[in-house]
Amino acid sequence: MNNVQSKKRANKKSLPFFVGDAFKVCIVIIFVSIVLLISTFSFDLVPPILNRGIQPATFPKGLLILIILLTSLVYYLSLKKPWKIEKKLPNSFFITLFNFALFILISKFLDFFLAISILSVFVSYSWGERRVLHLIMVSIIFPIIVFIFFETILGLRFPAGIITNLYYY
Amino acid sequence: MESLSLMLAPLFSSKLLIVLFFGTLFGLILGVLPGLGPTTGGALILPFTMTLDPLSAIVLLTSIYCAGTYGGAITAVLINTPGTPAAAATCLDGYPLAQKGEAGRALGMATVSSVVGGVFSVIVLVFFAPFLAKLAYEFGQPEYFALAIFGLTMLASIGDGSPIKNLIAGAFGILISTVGKDFMTSIDRFTYGINELSEGIGFIPVVVGLFAMSEMLIQSTLLNQIFKRVALKAVKLPTLDDYKSTWKTILRSSGIGSFIGVLPAEGGTVASLIGYSEAKRWSKKPNEFGKGSIEGIAGAEAANNAATGGAMVPTLALGIPGSATTAVILTGLIIHGVRPGPDLFREQPEFLYGIFGAMLIANIMFFILGFFGAKIFARITLVPNKLLWPMIFAVSVCGTYSLSQSMLDVWIMLLFGAIGFFMRRYGFSVVPVIIGLILGELVEGTLRQSIVIFDGNWLMFLTRPIALTFFVLSLIALFFPLLKRNKKKND
Repeated sequence: MNNVQSKKRANKKSLPFFVGDAFKVCIVIIFVSIVLLISTFSFDLVPPILNRGIQPATFPKGLLILIILLTSLVYYLSLKKPWKIEKKLPNSFFITLFNFALFILISKFLDFFLAISILSVFVSYSWGERRVLHLIMVSIIFPIIVFIFFETILGLRFPAGIITNLYYY
Repeated sequence: MESLSLMLAPLFSSKLLIVLFFGTLFGLILGVLPGLGPTTGGALILPFTMTLDPLSAIVLLTSIYCAGTYGGAITAVLINTPGTPAAAATCLDGYPLAQKGEAGRALGMATVSSVVGGVFSVIVLVFFAPFLAKLAYEFGQPEYFALAIFGLTMLASIGDGSPIKNLIAGAFGILISTVGKDFMTSIDRFTYGINELSEGIGFIPVVVGLFAMSEMLIQSTLLNQIFKRVALKAVKLPTLDDYKSTWKTILRSSGIGSFIGVLPAEGGTVASLIGYSEAKRWSKKPNEFGKGSIEGIAGAEAANNAATGGAMVPTLALGIPGSATTAVILTGLIIHGVRPGPDLFREQPEFLYGIFGAMLIANIMFFILGFFGAKIFARITLVPNKLLWPMIFAVSVCGTYSLSQSMLDVWIMLLFGAIGFFMRRYGFSVVPVIIGLILGELVEGTLRQSIVIFDGNWLMFLTRPIALTFFVLSLIALFFPLLKRNKKKND
């Protein structure tokens, strides 16, 4: 019964045109391209007397129009041959993606290495790791090794933060 | 004779030998781990190469490239998961043969054919690259523009997946290269008032994002995946009968792989698929393919390793990468102040032949390491993803940060991780983005300079025979998939 239903759903005629992946993907690409295309009109222009060849905005404009045209073609072809229906994304994906965002926030406002540690422990835990020693290894010991390695071998100075300041000052 | 002595120079340098050893070892480890590979590995190791001299740095990257391409076969044979995309065709017969209790024989054949393919391609590189470099002296701006367009259309045409989606990805890559100050007029484009963007978007954040971070997101969707492993006692060298039945296949695939490698495309991946299908077409026992055919393994593995040397030909002779990994190597060359192209062959032959020699030695080194260490390398796959990927994340963010000490690069990397994930999910290959990004400046620069030369008359492109040839080839490349589909329909 379930199979029959999923087969029915896979039939392009049973889906409104705006529900399919092809429509969503193409509309996002076209929307972003149009926004970028509009922004190219705000680029500075080279005065005609100094201009040799094309304006700096012309090339990106051409590329964006090409992307819009090709994406429309992709959508048109998807009407003839629908894309395969992708499985729903699991929670673990959204947790990992959320961790990326969390990393950006913590590295911006608190500390770069604290952000690495927090992401590592969260990702590892949400992916199923429950052994405390392993979590410590991944979130504390390994980042420290990486820090020392980059700091001593490459002579790199990491951005200031509540933990890195303890090392530097 | 002089060239030969220059090629063998790395053998007499203990420093280069150590670099080669570690590059090969690291490449094997990266190749074995599904989701990683020589492209990601090369991008991650790039900051570390800053501590090395240019030759050692490029030797390190090329040895990772050669060994990483082979390393994918170990996982393909033992757990039916290609360590690298180039090893996908190896799974088809490698795993069934391993299931029959002949994992050692399958890996032995994969190792030998990889080495033969790799060595064959280095020979092609040695002879063909200088020839192409000489030819490149005839190239002006319009010819380079036409060549870059040809490269991108080839990538779309014979790359993985839909040609139109590949073209969109390639155009997206070129678009990324336009971010920052315009190189002719210094006018800001797509910077939106962010000063750090004036320098443009770096290559490494995009590569690490599109390959490593998007793979991390993909792995997050595969947590319940269970691999069935086949036990390996030891790698066995092929028997005389195996050699008799496969030598023609190995040579044919080596030729195919080298040729495909020269074309700007996904190098090893496409080469191995074509090598495999040609092996099946010419085989006396095509029915055995897919059930553990030794010829299938030989065909795929010889071709994907042969693509490594082939892909280095346009990279070194023209500065146009033949694959995603050679795009990383090209970045390595540029970072170290080496400008690839015809002048490199005239001015720094010792540098070039050092690279050729290093690739040759890397092939022999991965044979030894693969033959004696495959069992150990196979154990690396036992490291669970829940521990491995957080560690890769730590190295990725530090590596990306280290190049320009910019947090913006790290955020760009994460953004491209998400973009790469959705691109791959919906059938857009990420490789054209990388090639487009690296060719972007060349495409735009040569186009604009050509327009200045031609005084705005676009039709003048058609008066240049070499450029015209490349444009015609580009059109053929664009319409080739369409013709192929029509032919299939008619059949």
